[in-house]
Amino acid sequence: MSSDPNTDVIHGTLDLLILKTLSLEPLHGFGIARRVEQISGRVFKVNPGSLLTALKRLERSGCLESEWRQTENSRRAKYYALTPAGHRQLEVESAEWNRRSSAVQRLLAAES
Amino acid sequence: MSWWRHLTAGIEALARRTETERDERDEIQHFLEEAAAEYEARGWTRREALRKVRLEFGGEMQAQARLRDHGWENLVEALWTDLRYAARRLRGEPVVAGVTVLTLAVGLGAATAIFSAVETILMQPLPYPDAEHVVSVWDVGEDGAPLELTFGTFRELIERSHSFEALAVFKPWQPNLSGTEVPLRLIGQSVSSGYFETLGVRPEIGRDFRPQDDRMGGPREVVLGHSVWRDHFGSDPEIVEKTIQLDERDFVVIGVMPASFENLLSPEAGIWSSLQYDMSQGRAWGHHLRAVGRLRPGLQLSAATREVEEIAATPWSDFPRPQWASLDRGLRVVRLHDEITALVRPALLAILGAAGLLLLIVCVNVTLLLLARGVRRRGELALRRALGAGRKRLIRQLLTESLLLAAIGAVLGLVFAELGIHGLVSLGPSDLPRIHAVSMNSTVFAAGLGLAVLVGFAFGLVPALRATETTSHRDLAYASSRLTGRRGLPQALIVVEVALAVVLLVGSGLLLRSLEGLLGVDMGFEPDRAQTMQVLVSGDRFDNRVTEAFFARSLEAVRSVPGAASAAFTSQLPLSGDYDVYGVRFGSEDGVESGEGGMFRYTVSTGYFESMGIPLLRGRTFDRRDEVGDHRVAIVSESAARTRLGGLDPIGQPLRVGPADLPPYTIVGVVADVRQASLALGDAAAVYVLSGQWHFADDVRSLVVRSAGDEGPQPADLRAAIWSIDSNRPIVRAASLRELVNRSVGERRFTWSLVQGFSVASLFLAAAGLYGVLAASVDQRSREWGIRSAMGASRRANVALVLRQGLALTALGTTCGVVVAVVITRGLVGMLYGVSNLDPATYVGVVALLIAVATLACGIPALRAGRVDPVTALRAE
Repeated sequence: MSSDPNTDVIHGTLDLLILKTLSLEPLHGFGIARRVEQISGRVFKVNPGSLLTALKRLERSGCLESEWRQTENSRRAKYYALTPAGHRQLEVESAEWNRRSSAVQRLLAAES
Repeated sequence: MSWWRHLTAGIEALARRTETERDERDEIQHFLEEAAAEYEARGWTRREALRKVRLEFGGEMQAQARLRDHGWENLVEALWTDLRYAARRLRGEPVVAGVTVLTLAVGLGAATAIFSAVETILMQPLPYPDAEHVVSVWDVGEDGAPLELTFGTFRELIERSHSFEALAVFKPWQPNLSGTEVPLRLIGQSVSSGYFETLGVRPEIGRDFRPQDDRMGGPREVVLGHSVWRDHFGSDPEIVEKTIQLDERDFVVIGVMPASFENLLSPEAGIWSSLQYDMSQGRAWGHHLRAVGRLRPGLQLSAATREVEEIAATPWSDFPRPQWASLDRGLRVVRLHDEITALVRPALLAILGAAGLLLLIVCVNVTLLLLARGVRRRGELALRRALGAGRKRLIRQLLTESLLLAAIGAVLGLVFAELGIHGLVSLGPSDLPRIHAVSMNSTVFAAGLGLAVLVGFAFGLVPALRATETTSHRDLAYASSRLTGRRGLPQALIVVEVALAVVLLVGSGLLLRSLEGLLGVDMGFEPDRAQTMQVLVSGDRFDNRVTEAFFARSLEAVRSVPGAASAAFTSQLPLSGDYDVYGVRFGSEDGVESGEGGMFRYTVSTGYFESMGIPLLRGRTFDRRDEVGDHRVAIVSESAARTRLGGLDPIGQPLRVGPADLPPYTIVGVVADVRQASLALGDAAAVYVLSGQWHFADDVRSLVVRSAGDEGPQPADLRAAIWSIDSNRPIVRAASLRELVNRSVGERRFTWSLVQGFSVASLFLAAAGLYGVLAASVDQRSREWGIRSAMGASRRANVALVLRQGLALTALGTTCGVVVAVVITRGLVGMLYGVSNLDPATYVGVVALLIAVATLACGIPALRAGRVDPVTALRAE
């Protein structure tokens, strides 16, 4: 558990981040983590426990499919890719996120 | 279909556990490797890179633990681990586990069995369609008690009442089945044509009686019960339209009832004939018909009652009523279910209450056992918490253990319940309605199981919460040393347990005192060394003269059987269920009547009072002169002589019973009162006349034979003597007088023995609980005993301290129990005889018993406290 609040993924958004990341190209676990970290400008940091659990859950609910591949340095790595259901889920979740974040922004604007 | 993927993925993960685990490990390792490789690429050494990764992402094990928490298959696995661990723990302490499981099983089994019976008998609707519409109709006697209907009243109701969809009357019928090896009497009913329709049942094969055939001289037809059809006619599928011989007459079988038919109005009846009522000679006005009706759909019982009351209150000239069937006191409509259960309801509820109390005690006891276990394991649990086990995890573990106990207890309890139900069915008094329909039903099963689970949760949670609420060093210290813990809860539970045991013991004591009181009453006859059997005649051949001659010759034959001191025939036997009452008038013929009312009527042979052992109080008994003479003589019971004659000397007084045109009897003797209907009912007014001096010959008579010595005549010899006169006479109901007496208190004995069993069990449990709590406390305080001894306390002082503690709890529990018993036993008052529910002897006895048992239970741990060696105790730990 980190003491730096910036590195925690906002609760409930990890799925969205994974889906969005995988919509670009199939990746393995660390790749996803790195990509999330890079794109978010190091705001979000993902630890393997949460990430792999989320991947397992998404795979079971049919949003992802996975396959084991050999990497360049000849290790086994599990690559995840979005399924059609995953694409749909991404649309639903990003719409939901936009709705919520704009609501929050409106609230903040009204406050100031 | 995502649940399906969850399911299959879970199953796959379970099935290929090693591969799944390897994959998970590989994935995590790959993640961490990649991260480390990145650091290395940026110029860190391998070691430093690995360290940074660890700091950034945590260790491999942590990630794996997170991953493990997800997916149902991992929960199953954890549960399985818990279960295996729980089983191992329980095996490690077989005594505690065994006692807990057994206690729970006994409590659950008893409660489930009793509840099954009560549910079937009291709560389930009767096994008829729309059973709540089936009612009994009764006339009302002088004493306000229900009285059988007359045929005249039945006819009037059929014509005038609109409340009933169907209405039928019936009376007992016991035909003699001819053509069998041993003369056989069947038990059956003569029913009017609407009987089966009223109950809503139809024959399985063949047809019901037709209304147009239900008339005097109609076709002789019978419907067979399933068991009679099976036992005596070999389940002949072609039986319908065949002719059988009953009472030496031809009857055509028209139908067979289904096996599922429960004939609650006469449970033993297995054959039915058409009533074909003989209305000649004014015989339509005897009170000897039971009536059963089916209310119109949707009609309330109260509406039907109003209507028949209205009919009773407004006679029509079309239906002239004699004075004794004037319906002045109205008519009564009773729901059949209420009528059947009315007599057994108090006893069943008492038994149910006792079983409930036992179950409570069981719950308390199991809680105590598990609490003690929790205390013993406090150290272990604290250690596990200190090593990093989560509180949730520990609670889950403890719950698993207690649920496992509860589950084993429940399974065993269901076995006990099944056995208990079998026991109830076979040992229960035969007059318990629907006892054979009692079986463990799914509701009761579920209730029992639910209770067990609840008990398990409750018992698991309390110690679990208590054991895991803190992880102080003090608790950790339990692992190695023993400190004085909180003892408030166990002590409170002990008080509750003792109090409940007192309540049960008081209840059982009161029932026992009633039973003893009943068996100790002066029955008016001598029940030992006398045997009885019932002999029947039937058929056209047996007119009054032939019948009388047959019984007279049979009696002579019986009297010559070796071992018979005296023998007699009687029309009814005390405590046998016979109930034959006639209106009797005393006083002279010129109309000055000094008393009138119903009295038990016995037609007897000479020697009856000697054979029964009924003491003669005044005058004389019947003798040979009366048998041949024309002078009609009678003997009355003491209470009749006392209450009905207005203080006159009974000897020589006239008495009228039977048809009014016959001359009166003269009273020649007074005998002691006999308990006829039940041991609890005294003061039975009775009149005895010689069978030859009665206006008809009773065709069912009971033989009473008093033995000369301890070894009486063999029943087979007695039967042979009667069959030497006529080999076609059925002989039934062979029993000793003592057996009749015992059978008459069968239901009370049954109730008492169940309550007794429960109360003994509760006493054991309370004693065990007391012992367990004190023993644990003595063990925990061993250091204290050592210190006390070291400071100079004598051994005796230590023993007294523990005894005092235990007995103080007992005294408190007993006091509470007595108070509760005083209140609760009010519910028993209706079932008590000759003893108040506040009977001091019972209470004193129970308290003494409890204190004795408690002293024993406290004594063992107390002595152990006294034996503690100060040096060992202080050095230990």
